[in-house]
Amino acid sequence: MYDLSLHILDIVENSIRAGARNVRIDIMQNTKKKRLDIIIKDDGKGMDDKEIRSACDPFFTTKKGKKVGLGISLFAQAAHATGGEIIIKSQKGKGTEVHASFNLYHPDMKPLGDMDETVRILRATHRDVTFYYIKHDKYMP
Amino acid sequence: MKLKPSDLDKIAQKMRSVTNLRKGTARIKITVHMGTCGIASGARDILSAFLSCVEEEGVSDVLITTSGCAGLCSREPMATIEAGDKPPVKYVDLTKEKVKRIFKDYVMGGKIVEEYALAIGSERVL
Repeated sequence: MYDLSLHILDIVENSIRAGARNVRIDIMQNTKKKRLDIIIKDDGKGMDDKEIRSACDPFFTTKKGKKVGLGISLFAQAAHATGGEIIIKSQKGKGTEVHASFNLYHPDMKPLGDMDETVRILRATHRDVTFYYIKHDKYMP
Repeated sequence: MKLKPSDLDKIAQKMRSVTNLRKGTARIKITVHMGTCGIASGARDILSAFLSCVEEEGVSDVLITTSGCAGLCSREPMATIEAGDKPPVKYVDLTKEKVKRIFKDYVMGGKIVEEYALAIGSERVL
């Protein structure tokens, strides 16, 4: 993936395939703390503890007939490459939250990319899903 | 900004096209494969190109949607186009230029662009 907006598109497509009807994307940048946080929260079918533990394993997938599941593992790799981390919280039947943090000025930090285009594409192709995209300049979790 | 009667007509026309897509009355369905492999290969730009074609042509009966990986990761970006009762056509290794040609020739003209197509018809597990 060239940039983080493509990773986000990939994760949100997962949310939609998991039956989400509301997806919220928060991006928080703090230049003083040299940190970028991306939180993607959905109200899809959620994961159990075993699925959460395996989500970052590229050889784990819930799709039938497939042997690999690269979406979250590549997103996690992008975060880890900067010294950041990824935290997944989920409840079966309630939804999932993926929180990735990045070291903003690390040489391996990917550019954020065109988030407006990612959100435009999502809204144009999934009209039955509500997307909330909020870019915070000052707030940190 | 004040709305004029002509603006209302434009809004009505735009919403009519959206409603058609929601009702599933589309003449043509374009599915862009947006698995991780597709997105990494440029599927977002391909989808964007299809959306631009729809806007430029002003058509209201073309449904654009997404799906996951179709199992041919090395041929991404891919799109499957279904037109009425005709068998679906899978287009592979897409570029923005190829999308424009496919839209003009197949979606608007009804003629399959064979040189960009991988297969015509549905896959079956035997």
